Amino acid sequence: MPRSPRLRTVAFVLLSSAALAACGKKAPKQLPPPPGPAPVASAAPATQGPMPGSQADFVATLMGKDVIYFDTDRYNIDDEDAAALAQQATWLKKYPAKRATIEGHCDERGTREYNLALGERRANAAKNYLVGLGIDPARLSTISYGKERPVALGSDEASWAKNRRAVTVTID
Amino acid sequence: MIRRTLILLGLLVSSSAYGQTAPPPQPTAPQAQPVDSGLQVTVSDESAWQDLGIAIPSFATEADVPTQTSAGSTAALGTALGRVITDDLKNNGLFKPTGPDALPHPPFGQIQAPDFPAWSGRKAEMLVQGYVRAAGDGQLTVGCYLYDIALKQQLAKAGWTVQPADWRRAAHKCADMVYSRLSGESPFFDSRIAYIAETGPKDHRMKRLAVMDSDGANHRYLTTGQALALTPRFSPDYKSILYLSYLNGSPRIYVYDLAANTQKLIAETRNPTFAPRWSPDGKWILYSMATAGNTNIYRISGEGGKTQQLTDTPGINIGGSYSPDGSKIVFESDRSGSQQIYVMNADGSNQHRISFFGGRAATPEWSPRGDQIAFTHITGNFRIAVMDPQGGNLRTLTDSWQDEAPTWSPNGRIIQFFRTERGSGKASIWQVDLTGRNERRLSTPVDGSDPAWGPLRP
Repeated sequence: MPRSPRLRTVAFVLLSSAALAACGKKAPKQLPPPPGPAPVASAAPATQGPMPGSQADFVATLMGKDVIYFDTDRYNIDDEDAAALAQQATWLKKYPAKRATIEGHCDERGTREYNLALGERRANAAKNYLVGLGIDPARLSTISYGKERPVALGSDEASWAKNRRAVTVTID
Repeated sequence: MIRRTLILLGLLVSSSAYGQTAPPPQPTAPQAQPVDSGLQVTVSDESAWQDLGIAIPSFATEADVPTQTSAGSTAALGTALGRVITDDLKNNGLFKPTGPDALPHPPFGQIQAPDFPAWSGRKAEMLVQGYVRAAGDGQLTVGCYLYDIALKQQLAKAGWTVQPADWRRAAHKCADMVYSRLSGESPFFDSRIAYIAETGPKDHRMKRLAVMDSDGANHRYLTTGQALALTPRFSPDYKSILYLSYLNGSPRIYVYDLAANTQKLIAETRNPTFAPRWSPDGKWILYSMATAGNTNIYRISGEGGKTQQLTDTPGINIGGSYSPDGSKIVFESDRSGSQQIYVMNADGSNQHRISFFGGRAATPEWSPRGDQIAFTHITGNFRIAVMDPQGGNLRTLTDSWQDEAPTWSPNGRIIQFFRTERGSGKASIWQVDLTGRNERRLSTPVDGSDPAWGPLRP
């Protein structure tokens, strides 16, 4: 299934906001930031920019590519995802002591239990791709949040597209 | 502590209900209800029943004495009992009950000899009278009588002895007696519900395990909300609850012991486990486990021990609900490309798809009567639907933006589910009867989801 034009727009906006965030004092831990409430606070205090090898550095370096997005009910890695995961792998190879958790998420338009399993499947798809790029599987763990932790709060296609995601979070 | 109370109460109630050991309350001696007199009713068309009026005046007392209940003295308690019974019998599409606040208070002497001429002037065909008495040790005895006003005849009677804290159970038992005598259906009011209480913003909902009576009373939170809790299921003996918790960071199934307030993992594994279910006899637990992205269904003895894998296909096999005789399991799988419903034997053999009607079909739950399977039918909107165990006779019972996760009342007459509001994501618990005509929201202190009914209490 091809990505919709709308999703491309979303991704672009995210990139821009990520770039802005990277220039600022604090890099949000998760992108995109939710439209309403305050974004999740950064783990790093970062007055002089993030410490190299930290989660804040990972987020700042990846500029939004720490998150990959999926089509409805799908878990396959498309070209855009592959490019993002390749950048993640590059960073992870630069800091071989770092471990990471890949969080799998779904949109709200699925039943709760199925979404827990689908989120796990998405996180695993991302993990397998990183392993294929040479990352030691022992460094990567997965966790599914199903539809329990959306980042976009609307009940519309644009929000759902942002919520169908796998987020790589490195462990400080 | 709770467990001991429950067992003790169970013994008292069952013994007195069957008239075996407990001393019958004086001057009446309620016994097992007669089955050979009065109306013979089957509920084939509920619309004819909408107007069956039932008058439920205050329960009388010989001596108005203090009780250890929240309701007050025995006289106040008599009125409270009538109100609980009235609320139970409301909103199920069968009866039109009138409660004690709109009725005269019959004196104690009339409980067994109703003033039929006076009652026949009111818009009620049926009359429920009763009494309450407090013993010196605080125990309460409640008698309950059902009369047909036109026939001037007693249709049923029963009595129960309960601890003060459990006074509402006597009212639910009385409502159950009336309901089953008049409808021909099995009782269900004296039962409890486990669910997930929800608060907080949509992107960070706090979800707590909670329990309550079937009418929402005696509400109690079991977890603090620090760990996300989902999908509870009462054990058939009410001693424990299976549920999913993110207690140690990742989703795992725990069994929560209600007497000890402790919990433990059902299976030692590093993999995530989801969708816990009991077998009808409580001896087996079904759960789903993800391994390398694929999810399959397993079963394990309630005592622990070795697990047995029941499904083995790529993709997501999840959930599972036993037929009442324990011989079959209905479950959900996307092996065909989308969520659909399958049935297998309890040992995993003979897996075959039963849902062939378009859209996706999820969260199947076998009726305790065996004749229906309730599920979430996804065709744009999410609706609660039922079908027979062969996948035929699809009937859609609700129509809203997102209704999901049906579970059954103990008698298989009512389906409970949760409804999510578009936009806000706020969830609430609803009930609908098998006709789909009678839908009502169950009141909870905060938002609620994932409701699951336990069986009728003994």
